Amino acid sequence: MLDWKMDFTWEILPRLLLAAGNTMLAAGGGYAVAVVLGLVFALAQRTRSRTLTFIVRELVEFIRSTPLLLQIFFIFYVGPQFGLRLSPWAAGLIAIGLHYAAYLSEVYRGGIENVPKGQWEAARAINLSTVTTYRRIIIPQALPPALAGMGNYLVGIFKDTPMLSVIGVAELMHTANSIGAENFRYLEPYTIVGLIFLAISLPTAWLIRRFETALRRKMGLTR
Amino acid sequence: MKHDKRHDLSQYPLRLEGDNVPMVRFQNVTKRYGSLTVLDGLNLDVAEGEMVTIIGPSGSGKTTVLRMLMTLETIDSGVIYVDGEPLTHMEKNGRLVRANAAHLRLIRSKIGMCFQHFNLFPHMTALGNCIEGPMQVLGLSKQEAEERALELLDLVGMADKRDQHPSRLSGGQQQRVAIARALAMRPKVMLFDEVTSALDPEVISEVTGVIRGLVDQHNLTMLMVTHQIGFAREISDRICLFFDGKIEEQGSPEMLLDNPQNERTQQFLSAVLEAN
Repeated sequence: MLDWKMDFTWEILPRLLLAAGNTMLAAGGGYAVAVVLGLVFALAQRTRSRTLTFIVRELVEFIRSTPLLLQIFFIFYVGPQFGLRLSPWAAGLIAIGLHYAAYLSEVYRGGIENVPKGQWEAARAINLSTVTTYRRIIIPQALPPALAGMGNYLVGIFKDTPMLSVIGVAELMHTANSIGAENFRYLEPYTIVGLIFLAISLPTAWLIRRFETALRRKMGLTR
Repeated sequence: MKHDKRHDLSQYPLRLEGDNVPMVRFQNVTKRYGSLTVLDGLNLDVAEGEMVTIIGPSGSGKTTVLRMLMTLETIDSGVIYVDGEPLTHMEKNGRLVRANAAHLRLIRSKIGMCFQHFNLFPHMTALGNCIEGPMQVLGLSKQEAEERALELLDLVGMADKRDQHPSRLSGGQQQRVAIARALAMRPKVMLFDEVTSALDPEVISEVTGVIRGLVDQHNLTMLMVTHQIGFAREISDRICLFFDGKIEEQGSPEMLLDNPQNERTQQFLSAVLEAN
């Protein structure tokens, strides 16, 4: 029957918690890349340059239509052939950041397109520049409705970090595998990994919802 | 257009000079949406300090006149001048060419506009709405911008609501803040696009009252599109009646409203007056 060993659990827990730190670092770092790059992708598709819009649009489509795992492999193993020699961490953050940037750009686009046309017109009527209009008028209003989608992808990126184990990033999954292989015991490490993921995902999703509500209220967007 | 644009533009002056330069001039301005001609060779001068009201049935192009002047719409032919300078075009090597973004921004700074649906920035307070342009565009310090904004909020009777977000304000209050926001940019020309159309009847007077005050106090040039014939009669120097993208008839309120010459004008006025 279920053969759960408490002393083994206590023995491996510190190592797994340390790896959980790496997982969060990978998720956070990748997300930071995605948040910024996603905005660049979204705005690039709104410029007047048809060529730029086309290129970025196709790039986003391409990234969204191919598996993340393939992208990770490609950047890490094929990259060196193009002179792109990256550490597992760097390759992992770029791959995961790029992947989620493509998804986030769609979230941003939706948020930006949601801002009424009258806001653009009012900004022009007081002669704001395009950059100032985005920075001060459009993006602040696009943000609250985009937050739910952004939060989903934060949890998503967190859950996708185990894929980085394939190129040797010592995150949770990678560490659990090692522990399992070293001790021929998989029940405890995998169970703990699952619980750690739950323990982080659930409060994160809840915090994001709270944050969204608070932000709307602070910005005066609700009555 | 089939004929050469450059040749076409050579008949327009590079700038307006002389004694009686109008604050706004539409010279032979045409606007099309696809095959639909919204404005057809419009010629309209508005003198400095003049209050001109545009009335007419919906779809007659009256709002388009204001939107073109605010550069929210491009024009298909003709030239618009503001304060003697071309707005839609600019001088390059002694001839007029299409204005670039920098030129549009420069001339546009003389124009302010209020909209039917106010279009206040919902994430900023009343005061925040009024200091945004002065700080970001005119480069005023926060203190200067706030002083000026408070004067204007006071002028429109909204100083006590300075810290409220638009969602907390009634329509009439929002429109008054919007007027203060536009005035904070110190425009020479103010455009009012059906500013009372979205308001409940009982609050219309708070907005018309503010506009009436502007006529009395400032030497502002104003262009207004409205359905309120009574208000237009009271404050306008001149009323233009638009029909099918053209000025059908224009004149002083008394001339146009009491003694319309044109049959279509008479029909429109009797229809509107009946509705009121």
